[in-house]
Amino acid sequence: MTLLFYLASTVALLATLAVITSTHVVHALVYLIVSLLAVAVIFFVLGAPFAAMLEAIVYAGAIMVLFLFVMMMLNLGQTTEQEEREWLHPRTWVGPSVLVLVLLVQLGRVLVGEHTEITPVEVGVRDLSLLLFGPWLLAVELASMLLLGGLIAAYHVAKK
Amino acid sequence: MEAIPYEHGLILAALLFVCGLVGVLTRRNIVFVLLSLEIMLNACGLAFVVGSARWGHAEGQAMFMMILTLAAAEVAVGLGLIIQMYKRFQTVDISVLNEMKG
Amino acid sequence: MAEWLGLLPAFPLAGFLALVLTGGRLPRRSAGIVGVGSVAISFLLALVIAGDYLTGPPEPVTITLWTWMSAGEFAPGISFYLDGLSVVMILIITGVGFLIHLYSTGFMAGDPGFARFFSYMNLFVASMLILVLADNLVLLYLGWEGVGLCSYLLIGFWYDNPANGAAARKAFVVTRVGDTSMAIGLFLLFAELGTLDIQQLLAAAGGQWEIGSGVAVAAAALLLGGAVGKSAQLPLQTWLPDAMAGPTPISALIHAATMVTAGVYLIARTHVLFELAPSVQLLVAIIGLLTLLLAGFTALMQRDIKRILAYSTISQIGYMFLALGVGAWSAAVFHLMTHAFFKALLFLAAGTVILSLHHEHDIFRMGGMRKRLPLAYWSFLIGSAALTALPFTSGFYSKDEILLAALAQPDYGVLLWSGGVLGAFLTAVYSFRLVFVAFFGPMHFRQETEDAHHGPVREIAGISMALPLVVLALLSLVGGFIPVPVEAVFASATQYEEAHPSMLLHGIMIAIPIVGVVLSWLLYGERAHEAGSLRQRMTTLPGAGFLQRLWFNGWYMDALYNALLVRPFVAIARLNRHDLVDQGVTFSSFMAQVGNRLLVLTQTGNLRWYGVSMVAGLVVVLAIGAWI
Repeated sequence: MTLLFYLASTVALLATLAVITSTHVVHALVYLIVSLLAVAVIFFVLGAPFAAMLEAIVYAGAIMVLFLFVMMMLNLGQTTEQEEREWLHPRTWVGPSVLVLVLLVQLGRVLVGEHTEITPVEVGVRDLSLLLFGPWLLAVELASMLLLGGLIAAYHVAKK
Repeated sequence: MEAIPYEHGLILAALLFVCGLVGVLTRRNIVFVLLSLEIMLNACGLAFVVGSARWGHAEGQAMFMMILTLAAAEVAVGLGLIIQMYKRFQTVDISVLNEMKG
Repeated sequence: MAEWLGLLPAFPLAGFLALVLTGGRLPRRSAGIVGVGSVAISFLLALVIAGDYLTGPPEPVTITLWTWMSAGEFAPGISFYLDGLSVVMILIITGVGFLIHLYSTGFMAGDPGFARFFSYMNLFVASMLILVLADNLVLLYLGWEGVGLCSYLLIGFWYDNPANGAAARKAFVVTRVGDTSMAIGLFLLFAELGTLDIQQLLAAAGGQWEIGSGVAVAAAALLLGGAVGKSAQLPLQTWLPDAMAGPTPISALIHAATMVTAGVYLIARTHVLFELAPSVQLLVAIIGLLTLLLAGFTALMQRDIKRILAYSTISQIGYMFLALGVGAWSAAVFHLMTHAFFKALLFLAAGTVILSLHHEHDIFRMGGMRKRLPLAYWSFLIGSAALTALPFTSGFYSKDEILLAALAQPDYGVLLWSGGVLGAFLTAVYSFRLVFVAFFGPMHFRQETEDAHHGPVREIAGISMALPLVVLALLSLVGGFIPVPVEAVFASATQYEEAHPSMLLHGIMIAIPIVGVVLSWLLYGERAHEAGSLRQRMTTLPGAGFLQRLWFNGWYMDALYNALLVRPFVAIARLNRHDLVDQGVTFSSFMAQVGNRLLVLTQTGNLRWYGVSMVAGLVVVLAIGAWI
């Protein structure tokens, strides 16, 4: 289990790095899907099966596919690759990388404290549902309103 | 099952977040910026789930669901905006959006 | 009756408000009725109050209207004090004031600022009444400042001409110097005695201060400074001749009869303080003496008819100061009254002359007007006679009293008396010089245009202008017999001994003015321009030219002040041309603009720049959060 965890983490990291350095849009999307699936595996390992399934089905399956559809619609494959190669000088990476490394160090300092170990206990769908229909009912309703808003906005913004 | 160090999970989430952040700051193609945003959101979700696994309850997963909802709505609207931008400027370079200068 | 004291200044004040609030939209007749009527009512009221006061026992009355302010122990009220001195002053102010207001309805008839003129005049009368009726020095100072303001407004009445504005400013600034001295004197008095109520103050000073003590000398000297400024005495006399730029009625009212006598009134009112400081009292006499001589010589060489009368006023007030300085309080007040009569008469007659000759001021361009301007001629004759103190005129009695009192002064009596007599001689010469040059001799006045578009010279004097002249002429003749009921006021003062000079000295005193008239006739009369005449011989004496210029320019005092005070001040102002203080203030707005321009640089419109700045902010916040 621990090994699986670390393996999946490595895959996720490498795939993410590939996403941000890639020049081809569709390649980047596929790498991202890989990363998301790796994170799903991590969720499984941590004893959160429902979260893992959601990650795989909704995130990787729906959101990324949506992305792909739009990319195919805009036909951004070949035309932008040339541009991307020009834009991605090593020079452009320096500034943000430094800033972000500082942030990483800070996050590390903030997050690292307890040296506990997680003994994964499966927290299944049942527990989650009890939570959602119980104390988190309002949050669910708000989420649904958010989705409604997103729907209307997307429809309106994208039409001619 | 063997135990998984709690901090390593959080560090992983931090690393993924930071990767996404660097992508937002660096890329000039708006599609990649949106992708990097998705990476960041995913990393946050990961952090939540790791936290809930630490304590053994479902609240982190519920939060993860909310984040997922948020990501879905945001991607929908964002892609719509990308379509509009492409229609208007015939490019996905974000430097054409520098209209509000000064 | 005395309860109606509060109404005395109220009527002119109401007149002022009425004229101001209607904004000059009243028809001329109504504005005139309001302006003159308010002062007329005050005069009638003053007569009633005076009659009541004089027929009863001479008890001073204090009427308090309300408390003006109350700050700790300092609580002056709007309270009026009636005694013999106040009675004299209010009668002069409202009586002569009424006559001058009446005259003004004729004089200012063609002026577009008619209503504005009367509003200022009413405000002046109200302020002057407050000044003389005030029970405490704070209220007196209010009236003091009020008359100063009205003087400024009225001197610069014809504001289109910037020279008038300059003259008004000069008057205001010079009297301000005196006012500041007086204010410091008030502070000193309050600090030392704890009260500014005049009667209480005088009693406390008399009780607590020793004669000649430093604080008494300081207080008296500071009050003297104020009086010198307002009464145009040395060294602050430079404003009065320039103040003649205003309309003639105000020269008559403000700069002859009332405002310039405020200084005399102040010293008379606070006479106890001056008695406690004999050195200052002597200084008063010396200032009076020097001023009357200086102004007398200057008046000899002036050409402008109003400037001659202005210097004459300065000289006559010098006589009043001389009287105050030797302790002849009643004599000073008596001379104040008679001077008000004949000087107002002279100024109003001068106004008639000026108006009839279409604003000609130079007497050497007049001449021979005695047939053409009969009323003005007789007014000038009577007025000059009274001014010169020819026997049996009002001026004769008052000046006589002053000179006798001066003679009685223990240390410098003879010197003061001689100076006064010399002054009387000069007065005779210059006042009759005016009469002879303007009214006798060949007519020099614009012969060629006389028939052209103005027609022959005609006297412009309607009933509104003639009546005051006649009344004032009568008063100038018989005013010497009006008793001045101020003995009770000065009863506590140390009485000067009546001097009993020999018949010779008395004879000299009476004869000198007549000698002056004769000399004036010889120099300026009808045969003065013939060859070999006295005038020819005098003007060719060595040094005559220098003296002529010296006296014409007022002993160059204006030039002295200009070099000593005005030029350095202007130079300093020029140093601060760029106004340091203003720059300090605009500096802050400049910094705000700089800051704005700096911050605008962060708004690049560049998306990635915004992202970077957000992350940078996040880093900073986390850093702070982690370390606190």
